Amino acid sequence: MTMTAEPQALSFECETGNYHTFCPISCVAWLYQKIEDSFFLVIGTKTCGYFLQNAMGVMIFAEPRYAMAELEEGDISAQLNDYEELKRLCLQIKRDRNPSVIVWIGTCTTEIIKMDLEGLAPKLEAEIGIPIVVARANGLDYAFTQGEDTVLAAMAARCPDKAPEEEKKERNAITSLLNFGKKKEEVEAEEEGYANHPPLVMFGSLPDPVVTNLTMELKKQGIKVSGWLPAKRFTELPVIAEGYYVCGVNPFLSRTATTLMRRRKCKLIGAPFPIGPDGTRAWIEKICSVMGVTPKGLAEREQQIWESMEDYLKLIRGKSVFFMGDNLLEVSLARFLVRCGMTVQEIGIPYMDQRYQAAELELLKQTCIDMGVPLPKIIEKPDNYNQVERIYELNPDLVITGMAHANPLEARGINTKWSVEFTFAQMHGFSNARDILELVTRPLRRNDNLKNLGWDKLVREEAKV
Amino acid sequence: MKLAYWMYAGPAHIGTLRIASSFKNVHAIMHAPLGDDYFNVMRSMLERERNFTPVTTSVVDRHVLARGSGEKVVDNITRKDSEESPDLIVLTPTCTSSILQEDLHNFVEQAQMNSKGDVMLADVNHYRVNELQAADRTLEQIVKFYIEKARKKGDLPTGKTSKPSVNIIGISTLGFHNHHDCTELKRLMADLGIEINQVIPEGASVHELKNLPQAWFNLVPYRELGLMTANYLQAEFGMPFVDITPMGVVETARCIRKIQEVLNAQGAEVDYEEFINEQTLYVSEAAWFSRSIDCQNLTGKKAVVYGDATHAVAMAKILTREMGIHVVWAGTFCKYDEEWFRQEVSEYCDEVIISDDHGYIGDRIAQVEPAAIFGTQMERHVGKRLNIPCGVISSPVHIQNFTLGFKPFLGYEGTNQICDLVYNSFTLGMEDHLLEIFGGHDTKEVITKGISADSDMNWNKEAKELLNKIPGFVRGKVKRNTEKFARDRNISEITLEVFYAAKESVGA
Repeated sequence: MTMTAEPQALSFECETGNYHTFCPISCVAWLYQKIEDSFFLVIGTKTCGYFLQNAMGVMIFAEPRYAMAELEEGDISAQLNDYEELKRLCLQIKRDRNPSVIVWIGTCTTEIIKMDLEGLAPKLEAEIGIPIVVARANGLDYAFTQGEDTVLAAMAARCPDKAPEEEKKERNAITSLLNFGKKKEEVEAEEEGYANHPPLVMFGSLPDPVVTNLTMELKKQGIKVSGWLPAKRFTELPVIAEGYYVCGVNPFLSRTATTLMRRRKCKLIGAPFPIGPDGTRAWIEKICSVMGVTPKGLAEREQQIWESMEDYLKLIRGKSVFFMGDNLLEVSLARFLVRCGMTVQEIGIPYMDQRYQAAELELLKQTCIDMGVPLPKIIEKPDNYNQVERIYELNPDLVITGMAHANPLEARGINTKWSVEFTFAQMHGFSNARDILELVTRPLRRNDNLKNLGWDKLVREEAKV
Repeated sequence: MKLAYWMYAGPAHIGTLRIASSFKNVHAIMHAPLGDDYFNVMRSMLERERNFTPVTTSVVDRHVLARGSGEKVVDNITRKDSEESPDLIVLTPTCTSSILQEDLHNFVEQAQMNSKGDVMLADVNHYRVNELQAADRTLEQIVKFYIEKARKKGDLPTGKTSKPSVNIIGISTLGFHNHHDCTELKRLMADLGIEINQVIPEGASVHELKNLPQAWFNLVPYRELGLMTANYLQAEFGMPFVDITPMGVVETARCIRKIQEVLNAQGAEVDYEEFINEQTLYVSEAAWFSRSIDCQNLTGKKAVVYGDATHAVAMAKILTREMGIHVVWAGTFCKYDEEWFRQEVSEYCDEVIISDDHGYIGDRIAQVEPAAIFGTQMERHVGKRLNIPCGVISSPVHIQNFTLGFKPFLGYEGTNQICDLVYNSFTLGMEDHLLEIFGGHDTKEVITKGISADSDMNWNKEAKELLNKIPGFVRGKVKRNTEKFARDRNISEITLEVFYAAKESVGA
């Protein structure tokens, strides 16, 4: 299924979907840390538990606010009553942890045995008095970061549509965070610094420092962020009313975007994502243009960041990069790296929402034209075996890939960067652009140190059968 | 349903994958949803494997749910057959395929018709067996398959090797120190004049499995993996096997004596007594260590032991019998092997614990307050929280337990390694004395440590200061004993007088 049109268009292909990625339930790892009063209950089997336990490494020892509801044979054959079983476990969680919300993560198993989590949740919620949010983050339908998308789409339905009068002040947690320690008059004075624009809510889970950073970045332009989905606490979910504007910060949030548009009647600002200084600038400019604000000082700001990264840029200019694809950040990262002077040979990606990512794809295309490099192929649902063959053929300077392939490729003399690190690193906004390059250049810098030792190929040539 | 966030043994398919990917040129195809191939990450990361892990997934997605996965599975098998020409493809069911109940046998038969290599369905049930049991079963299944295949073709070799020889059964990828143990066992066999016929599954070729019966006997070093295969070979060919884990000085000697018995029964006329004596007294350092004054200082110190059946049993025996350490309890998560575990370990510890609940194990450690823990990575973290040192002796483990340096747990070099591990886990004896004599050098506040140890007693200033001078590793125990003493006598405030009275009364 190739759709190659005129030479200056991006080409999209779809392979077999035989690729390595993390199971989407991994989203509990960062979401339980982000939403401080939550508890994530993954309803699945030992397989799910084993994945979480191993993927999260040492986090597991820190009494995390997540657990498995491990299904046993009696649950599968419906000898046990799902409702009673879930009630027993949720009461135990309520007693031990007293969370403000319990998020049920549906898995492949609950899908196949058709456990009606969406039906059970409201009943149990009423009975035990804790909100229960259901997200079907399973490997049948989704890959890795899409897990967050399913959770946030479910959370979107829980956002209040208007704030109770007396709470109005406290609910806007970000503003109060930014205003912390300031006098009332100062706060009021600052309120005046904002342009008069309709309410704007951001969506996407980011570490708090990054949230603050992006919020302040917009504040400089007179744009006020009224709330963020998700907030630090479930009880602080932002008000979302009909006609509000929403904007995403990550490329994998298409379901959340759809939910906000269709169910909450919001207007989506389709912008490139604030990854890299180019992305951040384009993101802010797009928001400004929708809000009727003329952005100021952005060109200089972007220029400054590029200049400050010159030491890293020197290392990667003219080099090639191959994305095997596993976390949906690929298009944004590729666009940033092209702007850095790299050539992108292939962008593998689990799933491509061409509408939600439209602005990002457009920016990628424009960037390639500006930089005079060929437009990369975008391979949806890649086939890792074929990709490895292509890697041998193309011999890229850097392969961004999952851990299953990283060591074997390194042993064959191919530089790799583990893709999952991009998911966990703070890389949004102007200030974090350098951190992306720190990751991208690390294998190049390390292997530079080793290059004179003659230790490139560390596997014996295999006899071709 | 069970509330859990930690498990000691993985799901069944992990066991099958460990066996399949240990063999040379065997490929496993998982019948699983996207993201279940985490095994590849573990093997690539933990073992620092240079080669691609020979495991791919035939992805179960929405279309498969609607239409069945028959065609897709067959395609994936034949494709892999032509791409990499493996000798064998093992179709591996997961929890998902258990519920879908598709006829995987049938898919295998279809795929076999179009494949040059062999195709097999791993016979494991996700809901009935765990990683270890599945590994044991899959190894037996593969061995049986190739023995029967050879028998049908009539090229099953008969007769034994001219010199005494052995198959080592149960060395596998992601096994705890398996590679080092294997090297050490080979060395031991060489010292005993025994040829290695085959090592399975690690590095073995399935085409050579038919030669297994040529060995004089089988050695199964680990309780968890290989016994089914050894039993099968015994039933089929009358091959004797030795299943004494040569871990620790006494058990290594016992293992060697058993080998001697087995070989002599077949007319080898070997006598290993002198070798055992020489190794024990002069070559291995372990016997000498247990006699040295360093080890004397460990006498009667309290320890707890927890792990898989093999390592927990061996460790409890070593600590009690060879070092004079007081093993308060020994436990295992291999619940299915409870009877054997109890029988092996009962006389070497005060209590036997059979549980796979890490919370319970943590509580039991906190209650006992041992001077050292020997357990898995989970117990190491419990130890960290309780400020008790821990030596890791069993899976589940992290990357630091896949050491690059040579660290076997078996054989005579293994005894040396274990001595180091034990000795370094306890606070050094002389340091211990000095701390007691000079009142300790740490000035940390008393923290109520202990997962299940809470206290609400009132300590006056002087008593608290004194408590702070007690060396960290016994402070919790002293504190608890003193408080118990006070509580029993309805004393509300602990003063210096109470403190000393308590010490005299209970020897705190």
